[in-house]
Amino acid sequence: MQYLVSVITDSTDLASPDEDAAIDVFNDRLQAEGHWVFAGGLGGPSTATVIDNRGADALVTDGPFVESKEFLIGFWIIEAPDLDVALKLAAEGSKACNRKVEVRPFL
Amino acid sequence: MSVTDVQAAVTRAHHEEWARVVAALTRRFGDLDIAEEAAAEAFATAVERWPADGVPPSPGAWLTTTANRKAIDRVRRENKRGDKQKEAQLLYDDDPPEPAGAIDDERLRLVFTCCHPALAMQTRVALTLRMVGGLTVTEIARAFLVQESAMGRRITRAKAKIKAARIPYRVPSVQDLPARVSGVLAVLYLVFNEGYLATGPDTDPVRHELTAEAIRLTRLVRTLMPADGEVTGLLALMLLTEARRTARVSPSGDLVALDEQDRGAWDAGLIAEGHQLVRERLAAGTAPGQYQILAAINAVHTSARDIRDTGWSQVVALYDQLARLDPSPVIALNRAIAVAELDGPQVALTAVDRLEDKLAGYHLYHATRADLLRRLGRGEDSRAAYGRAIELAGNTAEIAHLRHRRDQLG
Repeated sequence: MQYLVSVITDSTDLASPDEDAAIDVFNDRLQAEGHWVFAGGLGGPSTATVIDNRGADALVTDGPFVESKEFLIGFWIIEAPDLDVALKLAAEGSKACNRKVEVRPFL
Repeated sequence: MSVTDVQAAVTRAHHEEWARVVAALTRRFGDLDIAEEAAAEAFATAVERWPADGVPPSPGAWLTTTANRKAIDRVRRENKRGDKQKEAQLLYDDDPPEPAGAIDDERLRLVFTCCHPALAMQTRVALTLRMVGGLTVTEIARAFLVQESAMGRRITRAKAKIKAARIPYRVPSVQDLPARVSGVLAVLYLVFNEGYLATGPDTDPVRHELTAEAIRLTRLVRTLMPADGEVTGLLALMLLTEARRTARVSPSGDLVALDEQDRGAWDAGLIAEGHQLVRERLAAGTAPGQYQILAAINAVHTSARDIRDTGWSQVVALYDQLARLDPSPVIALNRAIAVAELDGPQVALTAVDRLEDKLAGYHLYHATRADLLRRLGRGEDSRAAYGRAIELAGNTAEIAHLRHRRDQLG
């Protein structure tokens, strides 16, 4: 079972050296214990482009699909047998990157 | 067997077996929705068949077997494309029935799943009452004064989240257990309190069906976790509170304060049971948690034949102990009420006034001040404080009581 752990923030500041180091330790652990699938950091909302190609022509819009105070800035995809394990890992991830995270299951 | 006897047998089976049937089916089918629906169908079948066929010798086994068949029917219907192997498993699964210990364990799984911290508090309450308590969606909606359709959606969403996010169906590991048990107890206490101090302008001030259900569920959890002191503490607290229920509201619907209650109307049986549980915890000699301390405070109150005989210094000492575990302003307020009896209203008022920043929006803060000001002869200040308390209170009997007290100021 896979879960998306989204990192939520209200600032586009990059991770501090301490946060980076803690994230590395956490990632190593995910890999060592078989929970690691994929992870990455994202550019801020101002770097986003929305495409809507449901009509005749692709409509290109500058900016994120929704403006909000808090936004997605990175994510982990983890492998976990159930939500209890996923929530524990997510709690550690939140501590490591020093940001809020949201956990959602893949269907 | 008469119609009434059969009805009584169905009701008893519902009380005793509902959670077992749901738990066993959830385990087998891995799906709360299937388990709930099949259990409900099995009980409906019992209502139909038992009057004619007679009550089976083992109602629980009959209900589980019937519910299993209903569940298999549903899985088959939904599985028309035919996962033949899976179907065959369902058909020929004749595992011997689980021994009683293991079945109890399954009810505990059910409790922990329904009270999972990833679900909103109101959702945990609703789900626990439905899956463990066996209340209908209509009953739960009525108890919490929400539309039946809204309550139905809340429960459906919760079941879908449990399935999609894979909230596990198991008893938490030893290191997670204390936190998870306290989550379960919070759900049960909320159900009890909503019954004991019901909110809303048009509701009965005390809803006995909710306090009774909370006690029943807490008894069940205690059977499943007899060694947990806080579970026992919560049960004792509920029993000692419930014992005073009838004395707490006057025939005209006013709340009757502790000092004015007819102590002869208290339920001696519930008090004896509550005291026994408190003694059991004291004998255990382990550091008590908040429910055990609250139960001990209520044991002191219910031991006094007259309000004047109350061991107030003991009550204050217990509140001190409680405040060390939970330094919340509400506990400080309750401590001050006991201090008023021990050291007089002026000392208590000074302590209460220090809580204004945190409790200005809480009706009992103003009600407590009003009472202390009245005892200090400060009628005008007292009147104003009663007014503020009345504006903020939600329980009909409490409002009537506060109005009455204000009018008595003359």
